[in-house]
Amino acid sequence: MIDNLFLISAAVILISALLTITAHNVVHALLYLVVTMLAVSMVFFLLGASFAAALQIIVYAGAIMVLFIFVTMMLHQGEKSLAQERHLFHFSTSIGAFILTLILFCELIFILFFMPLDIDNALTHTYHSEFISVKQIGKQLYGPYSLLVVISAMMLLSALITAIHISKSAHILPKTTKNQEAKL
Amino acid sequence: MIPLSWIFFLSLSLFTIGIFGVLARRNLLFILISLELMLNAVVLLFIAGSRYHPTSIANSDGQIMYILILTLAASEIAIGLSLVIHMYRQHHHLDIDKLNQLRD
Repeated sequence: MIDNLFLISAAVILISALLTITAHNVVHALLYLVVTMLAVSMVFFLLGASFAAALQIIVYAGAIMVLFIFVTMMLHQGEKSLAQERHLFHFSTSIGAFILTLILFCELIFILFFMPLDIDNALTHTYHSEFISVKQIGKQLYGPYSLLVVISAMMLLSALITAIHISKSAHILPKTTKNQEAKL
Repeated sequence: MIPLSWIFFLSLSLFTIGIFGVLARRNLLFILISLELMLNAVVLLFIAGSRYHPTSIANSDGQIMYILILTLAASEIAIGLSLVIHMYRQHHHLDIDKLNQLRD
């Protein structure tokens, strides 16, 4: 039963990821990306990580997708950008990248299925462990992993400062260059 | 029980699709979307590893790594989208092949 559910959601993930990559319209690609995120959270749920599944829906399909859609609505020019994107992406021009990634994929599949690894036999006895609760994760996060919390907080702060600086300097930059030209 | 090789297969396929998107698309927004797909593939491996880990003490390590990668993805997307806005203000397009001012 779980296997069938996993197969269905894996098929949904792969098909919607392919449609995301090959879509011409950015909004369509974002819709397929939302479907991909939801299917990935379904796989998380099947793997017993219910907290990660909820977090995936809230953060990926909620927050990050809102950011993408906000920027797309700021930049989207309707039919003009659609025609531009059609001109930019043909499948015939991307055949080289397709062949290269196909080679990489075959290599990974070879490593996965034909290298002598005895993973499955070693893991048949280990699926009896309980579901991981949020309390357990919190204890780990503020116990031995407290440095990780500090690092991620600093990363978020630096990302905030960087984003503000980059999007602000677009206003400042032309003025300063004009002043420099006038001085020169 | 889901076989571990199926999850490996799914994650590798998703990662390869993401790499294909990064290589083949020339729109900056699509490259960011492909990066999101690749991060999702890695995250899937982490969650599967935390599920199939033999000891129960180290069971939640994969989910903690998932939370770290989630923070990483959020900050990466914030910076990337501000770069997209910056590029659009200066060039009025998102074609990365035309960004050759350093070369010429």
